Amino acid sequence: MFPANAQEDDMQREQLESAPTAAEAWPDQIYDLLKQHGVRQVGLVPDAGHARLIKRCLADNDMKVVSLTTEEEGVALAFGAWLGGEKSVLLMQSSGVGNIINMLSVAIAHRTPCPIIVTMRGDFGEFNPFQVPMGNATQACLEAMGTLVKRADRPEDVADTVNATLRLAFNTYRPTATLLGQRLLGAKTFGK
Amino acid sequence: MTEIAVGPTGKLMRRDVVKALLENRDGMLAIGGLGAPAWDITAAGDSPLNLPLWGGMGGAAVMGLGLALAQPERKVCVITGDGEMLMGVGSLATVAVQRPRNLSIVVLDNEHYGETGMQETHTKHGVDLVMMAKGAGIADSRLVRTAEELLKLRADIHAGNGPLFAQVKIDEGTQPLVLPPREASILQARMREAIMGPEAHLQ
Repeated sequence: MFPANAQEDDMQREQLESAPTAAEAWPDQIYDLLKQHGVRQVGLVPDAGHARLIKRCLADNDMKVVSLTTEEEGVALAFGAWLGGEKSVLLMQSSGVGNIINMLSVAIAHRTPCPIIVTMRGDFGEFNPFQVPMGNATQACLEAMGTLVKRADRPEDVADTVNATLRLAFNTYRPTATLLGQRLLGAKTFGK
Repeated sequence: MTEIAVGPTGKLMRRDVVKALLENRDGMLAIGGLGAPAWDITAAGDSPLNLPLWGGMGGAAVMGLGLALAQPERKVCVITGDGEMLMGVGSLATVAVQRPRNLSIVVLDNEHYGETGMQETHTKHGVDLVMMAKGAGIADSRLVRTAEELLKLRADIHAGNGPLFAQVKIDEGTQPLVLPPREASILQARMREAIMGPEAHLQ
């Protein structure tokens, strides 16, 4: 089944990427928290749910945004940054969690602060079957590898949850993660 | 200056290569990829400026990137093996895009997985890491086979005109184990203190 026209194509693409609407404030709240905590390096593999936050970070000359070829590079980057005295954050989609599992041992063994902000797929009204296995296993996999996981499914919970994840990482020296639920990110538009 | 010997294969001896690269290092930070390169940087003289890796295979180059971005005034040299580099070969693209002038990546290429029974790596079968690094966008990517080329590499690393990538063909002979501390929180903390002083522990 192919879209008949450009408008329909746009609608389908929006469904596939489950992008949040521009009006939502929580990406800006996350950016403000990164600034408050003094985060200087931002490693990322893009996700539609992080699009606004990524734009904010790219526009900030005090942040070094490092686009990665695979999420596991982000854990390595966090370690290197901390060795040199800089705080970092890793932005990714839940499917990327499968790519970082072994590299988390670097942060655990060295006791490196490694906060991760994960936008969820395969979580709430998913459209793509390939997203479901990893999405369903994201929290269990992270926790099995010693990562402290918090979850936000409502816009009003995002700032506090991300703040807790950043504080836990930088104050207690370990990998931590906030999962931003697909319900928050706008997968509800699938239910038409 | 260290004499750089060649082994029975006619290739450079790895311990001499690493010792030469780290001699009179002037504060240069070194990350040693897991396995023999970690033992090599330790054999050259264990130091808080060394971060020998006990794991994280495939991550050494990007660890160097994070460190080089955080400490732009310091030279950072990643010394790793061909198997470790192949596992994280996409990171060459990540490094190239960031263009850190103070970062060098040196691959000690013995064409084998030395820690697991000397199985052959792809470089034994013609895979060209220099061409891959060039293709990724690291303009100064070079093959090193001789002592003369190694001394030129050393001079260029210390000049800080990176990013720089080198594939150094080394003798495959196994060297005696020289193990660094295994408590990784100490390895991290000692390098941070060497860079930032005692304040590092209050960050």
